[in-house]
Amino acid sequence: MKTSNLITAHDLEVKFDSQIIFQNVDFQVQKGDFFCIVGPNGSGKTTLLRVILKEIVPTLGTIQCALAKSQIGYVPQFRNLETDFPLDAAAFIELKLTQKWWPWLTAQEHDQVQAALRATHLDNKRTTRVGQMSGGEKQRVYLAQAIVNQPQLLILDEPTASLDVQAKYEVMDVVQELNTQGTTVIFISHDPQLIKKYGTKTLQLGKGE
Amino acid sequence: MLQYEFMRNALIVATVISILCGIMGVFITARHLSFLTHTMSEIGFSGASFGLWVGWTPLNGMLFFTVLSALVAGMTNRTRPLKGTVISTISAFFMGLGVLFLSIAQASSSYATNILFGSIVGISQTDVQQISLIAGFELILIVFIYRQLKFEFFDPIGAQESIRFNGLINLIFLIMMSLSVSIVSQIVGALLVFALLTLPAAAAQFWGKTVHALIILSIIFALLGTWIGLFLGYLTNLPVTFFITTIETIIYLISRMIIKFRN
Repeated sequence: MKTSNLITAHDLEVKFDSQIIFQNVDFQVQKGDFFCIVGPNGSGKTTLLRVILKEIVPTLGTIQCALAKSQIGYVPQFRNLETDFPLDAAAFIELKLTQKWWPWLTAQEHDQVQAALRATHLDNKRTTRVGQMSGGEKQRVYLAQAIVNQPQLLILDEPTASLDVQAKYEVMDVVQELNTQGTTVIFISHDPQLIKKYGTKTLQLGKGE
Repeated sequence: MLQYEFMRNALIVATVISILCGIMGVFITARHLSFLTHTMSEIGFSGASFGLWVGWTPLNGMLFFTVLSALVAGMTNRTRPLKGTVISTISAFFMGLGVLFLSIAQASSSYATNILFGSIVGISQTDVQQISLIAGFELILIVFIYRQLKFEFFDPIGAQESIRFNGLINLIFLIMMSLSVSIVSQIVGALLVFALLTLPAAAAQFWGKTVHALIILSIIFALLGTWIGLFLGYLTNLPVTFFITTIETIIYLISRMIIKFRN
């Protein structure tokens, strides 16, 4: 059983200066999970993501991740694209393709961009400027960028926080489709309804402090 | 007009710099760094005066000061736009320093005018070679770091998680920016680097929706300005700088208006 774990965390603790952000955190993420991390503001949800992404070393405990960083897609919490942001959806998505050194994209990379647009239902928005899109569309563009390298694990930090109800479910349905097609998802939210509807496993942070 | 050597030199330099500015401008405007280029060119002004004082060419003095300032900015991780007050302080200090160097170098006031407002038709063969060399070096470098630059400058938040050498990319870019500012000043002058480093790229943003398109348009706009500007300057004997800034402004305003009416 242990071999199918993508992430195994045991007794994690993170402290900044002397302030404990969280402690005694144990969890396993397995292939195909829709893994939700819940907790109030300041309970260390984003910090835990940074531990998973190996940007923060925990002060105590161990964490093993079976994936290389290139196999993880990450959608950060904030983006500051203004209405005058010039790039269209396709151009924004291809920004993430940085592995090759030459300036132009290969045919395969064009296909990857196309596939990411299709998976996020943005086929018809290919040449629309991201700055002029609605909140839900923008969020799907960010999702598309995160999956353009076909990652095995997708990490989402409150992807629906600023969206209205309809846009929220639009985005979440796309995430669920990706999950059914085999992408493991780690999802941060403090929206209990979303977690109930989509999550298969939940980790609660910010209890017993 | 091309039978004159100074016009041939001017045309070569104008072309090389327009291509470089077209590309650099796209990244500078993407990150809203226009005012940093302006500060850098004022630092460049004091460098050029310093050069005069110690007996270097203005270009070398400028390169020395701006590259140094880029290194300081890069090391202290100053890649975000500086606050207005900080920019004013730095600008004022270096402009003042420039005036001091000019005075103790006992340079004539035409030197100051040349540095501040450009003197493309006064460019020497050696300057042409040095400028082409610097621009060529930058263009080759851009080819190799193009994808990283694109990600880092158009989506810094996304790039933070994905690119390993953000700090290094930013430092390289700052140095490239300082080199560009120094050589652009040779055409339009230290006070007007905006004209070529920002305006063409800003106008391109109204039309282009991919980084490739932005770059191509921005180069075309820069070339239109410098080529027509040189030609008009030759015909009328009025300052080339005036024509370049006017043409770039017109291109920007027309683009803006067309896009506004279209929507």
